[in-house]
Amino acid sequence: MSALTAPQGPARSRRGTELTLLLFATALAATGYAAVGIGQNGTVPSGTLGYGLGLGTLYVLAHLAVRRCAPYADPLLLPCVALLNGLGIVLVRRLDLASADRARQAGRAVPRADAPLQLIWTTIGVGLFVAVLVVVRDHTRLARYAYTCAAAGLLLLLLPALPGVGATINGARLWIRVGPITVQPSEIAKILLMVFFASFLVSKRDVLSLASRRVAGIDLPRARDLGPVLFAWVASIAVLVREKDLGTSLLFFGIFVVMLYIATERTSWLLIGLALFAGSSFTAYHLFGHVQARVDTWLDPFRYTNNQGYQLVQGLFGMGTGGIFGTGLGEGSPNTVPFAKTDFILAAIGEELGLVGVMAVLVLFALIVERGLRAALTCRDSFGKLLGGGLSFALALQVFVIVGGVTGLIPLTGVTLPWLSYGGSSVVTNYVLIALLMRISDAARRPAPSPVSPSAARASLQDAPTTVVRRG
Amino acid sequence: MGSALVVAVVKYGLLGLLWVFILLAVRTIRADLSGRPAAPPPQPKAMRPTSTKAARPAKPVKRKGVPSKLVVTEGALRGTTVTLADAPVTLGRAHDSTLVLTDDYASNRHARLVPTDSGWTLEDLGSTNGTYLGSTKVSRPTPVPLGSVIRIGKTEIELRA
Repeated sequence: MSALTAPQGPARSRRGTELTLLLFATALAATGYAAVGIGQNGTVPSGTLGYGLGLGTLYVLAHLAVRRCAPYADPLLLPCVALLNGLGIVLVRRLDLASADRARQAGRAVPRADAPLQLIWTTIGVGLFVAVLVVVRDHTRLARYAYTCAAAGLLLLLLPALPGVGATINGARLWIRVGPITVQPSEIAKILLMVFFASFLVSKRDVLSLASRRVAGIDLPRARDLGPVLFAWVASIAVLVREKDLGTSLLFFGIFVVMLYIATERTSWLLIGLALFAGSSFTAYHLFGHVQARVDTWLDPFRYTNNQGYQLVQGLFGMGTGGIFGTGLGEGSPNTVPFAKTDFILAAIGEELGLVGVMAVLVLFALIVERGLRAALTCRDSFGKLLGGGLSFALALQVFVIVGGVTGLIPLTGVTLPWLSYGGSSVVTNYVLIALLMRISDAARRPAPSPVSPSAARASLQDAPTTVVRRG
Repeated sequence: MGSALVVAVVKYGLLGLLWVFILLAVRTIRADLSGRPAAPPPQPKAMRPTSTKAARPAKPVKRKGVPSKLVVTEGALRGTTVTLADAPVTLGRAHDSTLVLTDDYASNRHARLVPTDSGWTLEDLGSTNGTYLGSTKVSRPTPVPLGSVIRIGKTEIELRA
């Protein structure tokens, strides 16, 4: 892990900057909320003030928790998340209004509005964010629960496959039904397994990086050390086959390979990972119909405009309509894209906020990832480095997979766009993820305790051996 | 038409504000990177260094023959570097050390590097397995010349200019 450890790094807590940016983000979200109403019928909707105040209160509470529990945490993470989430709720509401309109015109019953639910999920998410900061005072403690996390993660991952609890929604069996709500347990499993990966790799790093043979300039690991990566590969394939979920299995495999790479600094792990990925993709393409359909649609979406490619084509048309500056919130018709609230929310942004808006959203994600990686780089313990790197990369990979899918760069796989897409599990989990990143960045940016401080002096006295003191 | 103007103002205003937010965020990063003087960690007043030299903001000194960084050359942390300032560097497994060693043979508080007028001094803090400078065991504070190898367990550390 070649990293620049900078104990003399910025020691300013910058909490004031965070508060300012948070209030700005809230104001922006409220402006968006008003813009939807102005675009649709020329008036500022009555709920604007309530929405802004509610969201503002939520984030001020989160900010106070950060001030108390993680005073040196990165000041940018929370505001960027707040802005993305606020925009997400605005877009979900905008799509709610559109589907209500359409239902009214067709004389059908108005469908349930999702925006209030999303607001509730956001509240739960911020609550969990605070809870994680309060409970996890020291991220290295998490390493102690590595195997518990692994067991819980695997259980959650396999839960949807069980008959009775599992539910199939839109062809993918990755949901469980708890009373009236459905939960996507793989989201939480993702974080639990990352904690396990980080802890496992820190303890096994030497074996994985040192014992190797050199073949054609690449350090190949010993066959028996391939165990963990093969296990991850098999597990992700199992998810793919049992639950028909391309996105999740791709995410899991990518995260594991990259964490191996971060831990060992061996390019060979990336090459092995890519080879395994290529092999399994090729096999999956020939074995499974749904994989084949995705690839065919990606290669030539317009050939399947009226069936399997409808969603992608409508999304592309939407973004094309938006152009550079977009149609303006409430002016386009993003609801023609199926699942515009979840997987295709980027198409809605592209249509109504244009390329400028899409770029802004992508830069916000890039900022979050950059700050996360920076926290991992400056963090002083290996577990924090690995977990921070893994969490940031997971976020980046997820954004890449869905944005690439929606824009037609790679075959479409259904994962959510973090904080923007409608979906409780995703929002809540990503708040936990950002809380862990904040915890790691707090540890990384905290000024190194000076060895002459009284507590350290006491501690070193305890560790010191007995010595004979000669009197002058 | 008035309303069309309002709609246009709202539309471009929202996009503009979005990018203003991003610019503010990027400015925050830049302020972090430019390395403003770090606020000193809370210290009891009596312990604060009194010499005017130490009171200046910590800044790596670029003089020939004076080490400016510490490089781990062997062991689990190989490749890690720590920029040396005017503050002592603690080495050990305890997670509040300046360089947290992941080495089974290192003690929690293993050794300490202290800046003196003539250079850096290595001090063993009563470790179980000892600290070595080159091939000799360090039993009293010893000056560390540039490029000589400090060995703690399986970890090897060098001071470089």
